[in-house]
Amino acid sequence: MIEISSLSKVYAEATVVDEVSMVVAGGSITAIVGTSGSGKSTLLRMINRLVEPTRGRVVINGRDAATVPGHLLRREIGYAIQGHGLFPHRTVAENIATVPRLLGWQAARTRARVEELLRIFQLEPAEYGAKFPHQLSGGQQQRVGVARALAAEPRVLLMDEPFGALDPIIRGQAQDDLRDIQRRFGTTVVLVTHDIDEAFRLGDHVGVMSRGRLLQYDRPAMLLTHPADPFVSRLTGTADRALKLLSLTTAAQAMEPGAAAGDGPAVAATDSLRDVLAQLLWSGAAAATVRRPDGSAAGQVTLAGILARGRSD
Amino acid sequence: MVQALHARRRIDRLGALLGVVAMVAATTLPFVVFKANRIASGEPRSLLAALPSAPLLLASVALLAVAAAFVRQARARLAAAVVGVLTVALALAWAADALTPAGNRLVRISPGAGCWLLLLAFALIATDALARLRPGPLARVGALALMAAAMWAAFAAGLFDQLSIMREYAVNASGFGRELRQHVLLALGSVGAATLVGLPLGITCHRVPRVRGAILQVLNLVQTIPSIALFGILMVPLGALATAVPLAADLGINGIGPAPAAVALFLYALLPVVANTVVGLGRVSPVAVDAARGMGLTSWQVLGEIELALALPVIITGIRIVLVQNIGLVTIAALIGGGGLGTYVFQGVGQTAIDLVLLGAIPTVALAFSAAVLLDALVDLTGRAAP
Ligand SMILES: Nc1ncnc2c1ncn2[C@@H]1O[C@H](COP(=O)(O)OP(=O)(O)OP(=O)(O)O)[C@@H](O)[C@H]1O
Ligand SMILES: [Mg+2]
Repeated sequence: MIEISSLSKVYAEATVVDEVSMVVAGGSITAIVGTSGSGKSTLLRMINRLVEPTRGRVVINGRDAATVPGHLLRREIGYAIQGHGLFPHRTVAENIATVPRLLGWQAARTRARVEELLRIFQLEPAEYGAKFPHQLSGGQQQRVGVARALAAEPRVLLMDEPFGALDPIIRGQAQDDLRDIQRRFGTTVVLVTHDIDEAFRLGDHVGVMSRGRLLQYDRPAMLLTHPADPFVSRLTGTADRALKLLSLTTAAQAMEPGAAAGDGPAVAATDSLRDVLAQLLWSGAAAATVRRPDGSAAGQVTLAGILARGRSD
Repeated sequence: MVQALHARRRIDRLGALLGVVAMVAATTLPFVVFKANRIASGEPRSLLAALPSAPLLLASVALLAVAAAFVRQARARLAAAVVGVLTVALALAWAADALTPAGNRLVRISPGAGCWLLLLAFALIATDALARLRPGPLARVGALALMAAAMWAAFAAGLFDQLSIMREYAVNASGFGRELRQHVLLALGSVGAATLVGLPLGITCHRVPRVRGAILQVLNLVQTIPSIALFGILMVPLGALATAVPLAADLGINGIGPAPAAVALFLYALLPVVANTVVGLGRVSPVAVDAARGMGLTSWQVLGEIELALALPVIITGIRIVLVQNIGLVTIAALIGGGGLGTYVFQGVGQTAIDLVLLGAIPTVALAFSAAVLLDALVDLTGRAAP
């Protein structure tokens, strides 16, 4: 858990982060969105004290961050950034082993951890461990960057536009990977992005920043249905917010008893209502059958049910 | 048309040109210069006149010249060039032996224009072949070691003892080792000191942009002072220091001698070291530095493990530049009593004894060449992982 209270950063005249308070629940993903220059990176970098706060407090898992020497604090917190920042003169394995080495792990433990992480990120250790970063593709470099941030099993992971440099397909894959890994290790993630779709896709909570202020900090659906500020509704987009709302809801949440008529498409419980709606429009059916992985019918999602959930209240 | 194209592709133009140069040098230019004694005027001797086995030699030079023009394979060209250099060197030694009457210690034999041109032509063919082969850093150091060993063996066996330059060496043998050591010491010492001072100065320039302009400007100014003038300028304050502080004089600090030479060489070395440190650090990816800080490296660790490690090839390139430069500049230090191989150069100039000049100049060139090869190899080794 990360408790941020009245956190501010002032440079000369400019107040870059202005009295931000928020609580990031343990084991959740929080996405911070906002326009360029709104202070997102500065807020993130005050959590691990790459930037020293001017005022305010950061408490991480019950301990005031200001009471720990900065470099020791940062060894406990994962950090991944846009453009990955891999060390070009070190191999992939050496890059990943950076923080374990700083923490004085034994060689065998470090090696085992490096291999585990490479496997999790679908990079064969024997093939990729000894390569240098410039021998990898952009997507692979980015995966190594995240693997390196997770090497010492940090409970908190800070990410600053980690997927900003990736093309859309690889980016989607990287986002899914992050979700899986975050669930698997129960890591608390704070992620900065200026892509609102990425924020909605990954964030359990989303914070919207503008000119140094945190305008709203809430669950994604609340941002759509109850925007606290005109800027928030502009950022989330008013035209397609019904569709965004549907993409936040799964078929399981809108399931009704019964099975659709013979011509209804089959969907999975984890599919979003947005995807189900698209399938219904395409097939011309009025209801879709929700099937379990074994193929049996669990229930149905009706067009009327979907329409009811796309409304503003 | 097709045939012409074909022929053009089969002939190596540079090789053909150098082959022709070698042939002209071997047949028409004097191979050695003969003097009855050290101050007598020289008489040019062609290869044919100097050596009984000259026709055989001319034939092999011709063969090698043809090889340079027609053999395309770089390895074979390199081998031909090396054989060429060795042949010319041996021919020189034999010619000196043949022209020196037994027991005569007065006769002076030195290489003539033809000999120099032949060596140059084969050396250029070798350089060209090496450039195409792109040997790795360790192979280059190995080749240098091989060359040094061959030279040493030739001198140890007394192969060139009848040559005038070796006669000059024999006269100066007692002091030569001392001057050589002094030369190396002045060059290495000044570059070492410049590295010790320049590295922190460069790091400061990188970290504190406000002082960068001032520091680099002062060093630039020093660099523009001609070396003789700088030696002269330094003689005054160091001389004054020696008279004012007897202890300084006891320590060898004086208006003339090695002290002003060392200081001047140090000052000349400073700018390239500082400038390359600044450039090298400036090229380190700021994202990598941010990531390093973000993962909890201390600022010293970031400097040592990331910034300096990544800037190292550029910094060593700077050190290579000043080391080669200072090995040459030390020669001038002899003018103010700094010692070193320049002593022979200036003595030779004074006595119009070109062989004595060469006794100072050739080892200086060899030293500079070796330093360049060694440090270039180091640059390649430290930069091997960079993209
Ligand atoms: N060291 C600094 N000194 C002065 N101003 C700074 C400094 N660092 C950041 N700023 C200013 O603070 C503001 C916020 O910067 P920040 O990097 O936090 O924005 P951001 O929301 O991450 O933007 P982006 O999306 O472009 O990355 C910017 O106007 C920036 O110019
Ligand atoms: Mg930013």
